[in-house]
Amino acid sequence: MNNLEFKNIKDWYLSGFDLFEKKLNGESKSFLHEIRKDALLTLSSLDFPANHNEEWKYTNVSPILKYNFIPAVNSILPKFSKKEIEKFLFSNFDCHLIVFINGIFSEELSEIGALPDGVIAGSLRNIVKENPQLVNNYLTRLSKIDNAFNALNTAYSFDGLAVIVPDGKVVDKPIQVLYLNSSGDELILSQPRNLIIAGKNSQVNIITNYCGFDQNLYFSNIVTELYADENAVISLCKVQDESHDAFHIEKLQASQKSNSLFNHYSIGFGGSIVRNDINTLLDGENTETHYYGLYLANGKQHVDNHTFIDHAKPNCMSNELYKGILDGNSHGVFNGKIIVRHDAQKTNAYQQNKTILLSKTAKIDTKPQLEIFANDVKCSHGATVGKLDESSEFYIRSRGVPQELAKSMLIRAFANDVIETIKIDQLREQLNHMIFEHLHRVEIHNQ
Amino acid sequence: MLSIKNLKANIDGKEILNGIDLEIKTGEVHAIMGPNGSGKSTLANVLTGNKSYEVTEGEILFEGKNLLEMDPETRAREGMFLAFQYPIEIPGISNATFLKTALNEIRKYNNQPELTPKEFLERIKEKAKILGLDDTLISRAVNVGFSGGEKKRNEIFQMLMLEPKFVLLDETDSGLDIDALKIVSSGVNVYRKPTNAVLVITHYQRLLDYIVPDYVHVLSKGRIIKSGGKELALELEDKGYDWIKTEELEAENA
Amino acid sequence: MAKIEENVPSQVEETSDDMKMLDDLTNSEYKWGFITDIDSDTVAKGLNEKVVIFISQKKNEPEWMTEWRLKAFRYWQKMEEPKWANVKYPPIDFQNISYYSAPKQKPQLNSLEEVDPELLKTFEKLGIPLEEQKILSGVAVDAVFDSVSVATTFKEALKEKGIIFSSVSEAVKEHPDLVKKYLGSVVPYTDNYYAALNAAVFSDGSFVYIPKGVRCPMELSTYFRINSQETGQFERTLIIAEEGAYVSYLEGCTAPIRDNNQLHAAVVELVVLDNAQIKYSTVQNWYPGDKEGKGGIYNFVTKRGACRGKNSKISWTQVETGSSITWKYPGCILQGDNSVGEFYSVAVTNNYQQADTGTKMIHIGKNTRSTVVSKGISAGHGNNSYRGLIRVGKNAEGARNFTQCDSMLMGDKCGAHTFPYIEVENESAKVEHEATTSKIGEDQIFYLNQRGIATEDAVNMIVNGFCKEVFKELPMEFAVEAQKLLAISLEGSVG
Repeated sequence: MNNLEFKNIKDWYLSGFDLFEKKLNGESKSFLHEIRKDALLTLSSLDFPANHNEEWKYTNVSPILKYNFIPAVNSILPKFSKKEIEKFLFSNFDCHLIVFINGIFSEELSEIGALPDGVIAGSLRNIVKENPQLVNNYLTRLSKIDNAFNALNTAYSFDGLAVIVPDGKVVDKPIQVLYLNSSGDELILSQPRNLIIAGKNSQVNIITNYCGFDQNLYFSNIVTELYADENAVISLCKVQDESHDAFHIEKLQASQKSNSLFNHYSIGFGGSIVRNDINTLLDGENTETHYYGLYLANGKQHVDNHTFIDHAKPNCMSNELYKGILDGNSHGVFNGKIIVRHDAQKTNAYQQNKTILLSKTAKIDTKPQLEIFANDVKCSHGATVGKLDESSEFYIRSRGVPQELAKSMLIRAFANDVIETIKIDQLREQLNHMIFEHLHRVEIHNQ
Repeated sequence: MLSIKNLKANIDGKEILNGIDLEIKTGEVHAIMGPNGSGKSTLANVLTGNKSYEVTEGEILFEGKNLLEMDPETRAREGMFLAFQYPIEIPGISNATFLKTALNEIRKYNNQPELTPKEFLERIKEKAKILGLDDTLISRAVNVGFSGGEKKRNEIFQMLMLEPKFVLLDETDSGLDIDALKIVSSGVNVYRKPTNAVLVITHYQRLLDYIVPDYVHVLSKGRIIKSGGKELALELEDKGYDWIKTEELEAENA
Repeated sequence: MAKIEENVPSQVEETSDDMKMLDDLTNSEYKWGFITDIDSDTVAKGLNEKVVIFISQKKNEPEWMTEWRLKAFRYWQKMEEPKWANVKYPPIDFQNISYYSAPKQKPQLNSLEEVDPELLKTFEKLGIPLEEQKILSGVAVDAVFDSVSVATTFKEALKEKGIIFSSVSEAVKEHPDLVKKYLGSVVPYTDNYYAALNAAVFSDGSFVYIPKGVRCPMELSTYFRINSQETGQFERTLIIAEEGAYVSYLEGCTAPIRDNNQLHAAVVELVVLDNAQIKYSTVQNWYPGDKEGKGGIYNFVTKRGACRGKNSKISWTQVETGSSITWKYPGCILQGDNSVGEFYSVAVTNNYQQADTGTKMIHIGKNTRSTVVSKGISAGHGNNSYRGLIRVGKNAEGARNFTQCDSMLMGDKCGAHTFPYIEVENESAKVEHEATTSKIGEDQIFYLNQRGIATEDAVNMIVNGFCKEVFKELPMEFAVEAQKLLAISLEGSVG
């Protein structure tokens, strides 16, 4: 099949569904398949977002729509050895390891240690097969389809991360999840469908790491659903280091019940067009939510971070800090929305977006928004755009430090308030290393 | 002048004042002392009509009038003044505007003519001098960017400007160094007259060296558990609040 | 005689003005809601090419002007009404509006005595200084009544300095070269739906030309009033400041109470050349509708200034208390190197008012600077949105912007929204945006109560303090007016 047979890319994706159904074999009997078919119908009625859509004003997705990507399940899975994936892992700390190749769980490469009773960490596909009632109440219930990309993910949903922590259980070791992607002869559409559920009084700490095996073209189109029940504590640290040519789109939809705490970290390096939608519904009182983001872009990268915090209940607190470092011809977009609903009195919501431009040709579009419908609230947001502070650079150089190193120190300082919030020391150091590798600058170790 | 009978009050459903009885006559200076959480500030807020506090029982008569029926501004216009423990900032409104509005509202209520700008300015100069305040203070926004000491001094300045009949000083000494304390006290002493009265609320005896009270009351758990002359304050300073509590306990047990 | 320099009041004067504001707090109804009983010459409802030609002929316009209007009309017909603003209203029937209403009177006016006495009484009620003794206060006024400019005072005095201050209709006839050169050069009729509509049917407005090196010796002022029922007002203002010129321009607006909604779609264009400056102040008090949200003016306005010359400056100050719906974004195109744009705004929405307002600062030249201070106050069921764009182009080396955007909420049925857009394509730029939302402080109100100030007055004081940064940008007379308006529009909102 080639481009010419299809008037538009949507027809291409609709047409692949028959083959997908065949590949599913017995798995097409599950509740999930009904959801897939509904999503396919929805997809047929939706257009991929264009710039006149306010939510996509600054991000042009047409390059993604130029290629006929093939859902990974319809293609041949590449094989990797443990040795080959080693360099993609964050190391030197104790963790459970779960590996996905092109969005499909790899049992051989995963190393899942002993987990507390009842805790599930592994493949969504296996849960749907073995214990569907566990996920039936959550899957696709948290994240409603709101554009063609997540409709596409839902229609072809096959596998992804499932973490289910029952009431009162604490997973003390972090769970590291590697999503390794690579196109072979065919252009791959990798579509993990992730589900993270933390029961009452439970705790879990997850690191997701999206990587490209080599610098080729593929498309990661992800949907993650996350549910924090009363008093649960979830930390989710997403590192995105996809290949140079890859497209990466993720929609995260989180929902928090009362007294829960959700920390989300988003550290972004790779991809040619990247779009993150990180949405949290504060659906209980006294919840706390933190978003920390750091995005670096170079070359012709386009990185769009959309965050949304929906204060639906009173007495909740949210705090957001997003920082961007843009070099080369890169284009950064930040859109941060906070809604405080009518009943959400005593809300405290803060948002900061800071961007530095390292080159004459980098650009940023930032749109921090507040929509407030309750009166007894404290909300603020701020955004700054600028370059590295020249007087600071001069000060450092006047002490004998060469210019490039002085710049690196200032970048390190700029990134620091996001990086320092990461609690695992080894992870923090490795991320720090990645920052400089990505910017091709001299590395500074902050003591 | 002020007569409080069996006063009980709540905040957020929690009982803070548990039956206060107090008589203050013109010309007198009373001090209420007590440990943290004994209800000192609550008393100040209830007397001035802060809506966050609910009076559940008792009565307060101010010059024979039922104070509890009046809204906060009427109490102020009747002559009641509270020097706040934490003075509030009003961005964008100058002290001059604020004071002139307040003063004229009070004068209007008492059927007095408004002050002319000239009279007003003269009064400002006279009162500011007493407290050693800089004239520029008057054009600055109310309490905005003031240090803790400046805020307290500004409270006393307002007191002198508005000439109330009855003054409540709520922990006015907290956060003041000894020089500032002397200035603030001298302001209060200038104000003291046989026709008005003062109620000093404080944790420490220090302020009472400068504003010498006629009576001292000890507040604990929302009740006055001991009253005496100015020497009671010194005794408290010497022996601490536990002394009173123990004595009270013994009295109850006897 | 005329006040020339910026008037820095002494403290005591300022205080007494604040007092005056508080004293004037007596009337909670819309004070300006009288209807003037005069004959007016109104065209039948509806809009087509004939109406456009009729308006043009009625004004004895030259052919090029008629053509320009027709082009705009044809373009408008192809356009769609914008829907992106955060406001809700039933669809407008553009065929159910009368596009021209002029008070019937003698065609040529030579002096004030010739103006219809009813009209003069109206202006008196509005407090417009049309009468001689008020002229002495030094304000030159162009009053636009419904659609036509009725009288321009002080014209002769200005003429001596080479300043032109007239109605646009007059300028079309007497200064066609200037009008041709600048009309539509900042806001072309293709700009947006309402700008196109305005270009087609605009009936009048003010024209100001300040020649090279001249500092206008007095504040110029226009007072707009919509009087007739079911008429739209589409005025168009054009101000040009040549090299080194300076002018401060004031604009006030009122309308009588009507049950149905009336449309106001104005266009204001400012052009500033090298080292010149325009200060443009607006107090907008169109009828906001009643307490249930019935009636009121739809205020859909396009205001833009072009800082074409180096070191030029445009400063917009607006106090928006009226209109049922406000949709306006006075902006600056900072083209000249070192040019400066400023926007100071207070927007109040009470009852069912909706405002979607803010500014656009487009940095094109080097070392251009912009400052945005926006204060939004929401009460009742009001919804207040700040929408602002800061764009720094590729070549705008050293551009600077600072934006401060604060919202105050009174009551629990209102909303405050902030939609800033920041687009930066130059690394040497420095852009800072800060926004806060908070409710009016109960502790502040109690503190003022304790000093003998009633709650209503306390609220006004706090609100005035909140808006101080903007009020201080207004000329003295306007600042007092603005404070009064604010007090009246918020009356009864905190109980």
